[in-house]
Amino acid sequence: MSNRPAYSNLVKKIREGHFVFTGELEPKKILNLDEIIESAKEMKKTGKIVAANVTDGPQGDAYMCSMVPSYMIQEKADMEAVWQVTVRDRNRVALFADVLGASQLGIKNILTLTGDHTALGDHKKGRAVYDIDSTQFCDMLSIMIDEGTDLNGNELEGGKIEMNYGCVANPNSDPREPEILKVGRKVEQGIDFIQTQTSFEMDQAKEFLKELEQFNVPVLLGVFPLKSYGIAWYFDNYIPGVSVPKDLLKSLKKAEKDNKGDKKAKYAAIDKINIEFFEPFVKEIKKTTKAAGIHCMAVEYERLFDPLLRSFPEYVD
Amino acid sequence: MIITELKDIDEIYEMIEPYSKILIAGCDGCCQPPRSINEAKTLGQLLELKAKTQGKELKWKATTVLRQCDDRIAATTLRPLVEDYEAIVSLACGLGVVMLNKIFEDILTFPAQNSMFGGVENAGENNFIQYCEECGDCILAETGGICPRAGCAKHLSNGPCGGMVDGMCEVGDYTHPCAWVEIWKRLKKFDRLDLFKQYRPPRDWRTSTSPEYLEIYKDYTNEEEKEEVEG
Repeated sequence: MSNRPAYSNLVKKIREGHFVFTGELEPKKILNLDEIIESAKEMKKTGKIVAANVTDGPQGDAYMCSMVPSYMIQEKADMEAVWQVTVRDRNRVALFADVLGASQLGIKNILTLTGDHTALGDHKKGRAVYDIDSTQFCDMLSIMIDEGTDLNGNELEGGKIEMNYGCVANPNSDPREPEILKVGRKVEQGIDFIQTQTSFEMDQAKEFLKELEQFNVPVLLGVFPLKSYGIAWYFDNYIPGVSVPKDLLKSLKKAEKDNKGDKKAKYAAIDKINIEFFEPFVKEIKKTTKAAGIHCMAVEYERLFDPLLRSFPEYVD
Repeated sequence: MIITELKDIDEIYEMIEPYSKILIAGCDGCCQPPRSINEAKTLGQLLELKAKTQGKELKWKATTVLRQCDDRIAATTLRPLVEDYEAIVSLACGLGVVMLNKIFEDILTFPAQNSMFGGVENAGENNFIQYCEECGDCILAETGGICPRAGCAKHLSNGPCGGMVDGMCEVGDYTHPCAWVEIWKRLKKFDRLDLFKQYRPPRDWRTSTSPEYLEIYKDYTNEEEKEEVEG
């Protein structure tokens, strides 16, 4: 684990020993942030979500930048942001510039990502940048935070930036060993936490968490509640390496079919399926592993947080 | 070899549309698939047919050059021919096209091809592959002889990324192997995962940014030779 100070509430709460929960917000092709802020407020109300990820052009699509919504949810919803930053669209100069800007805006967490290739997104003809990779971005952040310089040793006026940052890891990766070795390189660069891609399989999740223990870095295990059959199907088919259990897909499909025309009943049925699957899942992870918490990717599905986390104590001010 | 792909005939015709007499120059150099005299003749016939459909008569001659990118060879081969023509269509890679434009300043040379990459022929699978992108900063010693710069769609120095599934890459819909998994397999085989684990710092892109120059005598000769060259 890095020994830099805990600048963010997320890292503070982890270090205090709380089993933490984080949420996720996905700004898309939007002109205003009302819904994003509303979602962040919903998360805040639970008293159990310490921070919310703000995604940076997932699947390579062109969406609103992640920095402004990160700032806005902190300002308007008092919800700490985990600012997701991919190295897909910006070279080292632009990344450096954005990190300084975000620091000025009071953003305290960065999640470093490679980013899905533009070839997967809605601007396939665009040039993907990848000037530095995500491990090198970790290197750059450590230098900015711990030494107060840029990559070339030029000093930042006024000292050092005060941020914590993490990297991602994929429990679904096959083969597993190169993924673990890659995470090892990022640990060496000084990450403060690891956040994983979603896992639906208990054995796989536990095994992966066990392997990550060697790094002595807090790990948030990713889970992805399924708001609808359509989302579950999309996830199953289009998210690299992730497969949704067939039973779960089947019961979601049935719930939608049985409650066609009755929105309320449909929502209740879908929520019940998710709670029945994820509540024991999360409890088991908390009880039997060294995970520091759960990253719950319930995008536009905040209503689930309250019932899903009902048995967990509040720990966020 | 330089892997090339013939442009669409309509696109080539559009380039030469203003002219009525063209010279079509094949190249016997490293261009793959071969673009020599036979291909030049075929292209001439196609362009002539295309011109006819437009109610136009096109005169053409096919020839070929040992290597269009060699200024001496290209000049001596084509100089006796060019003055009878209004434009040249080159079947070489981009290097040949540029070279002919430089040598023959009074006539325009047009590209009949798209130059794709420097690659090798993978005869078993009937395709060409880019194994090296001539980046000017070779790291093959650290990667078991497999280049992540040419082989990884994201040019990662510290892969693999999260887009790897079952050892395949997200770009190309999981039909191409992840270069970093291939590197891992290769280094593991030789018990050299120490090389895999090591962190590679940000790359110096200056070695691979266009335009590139290499002063032949500057870096590769000893002082004595240098003096000789510089006089």
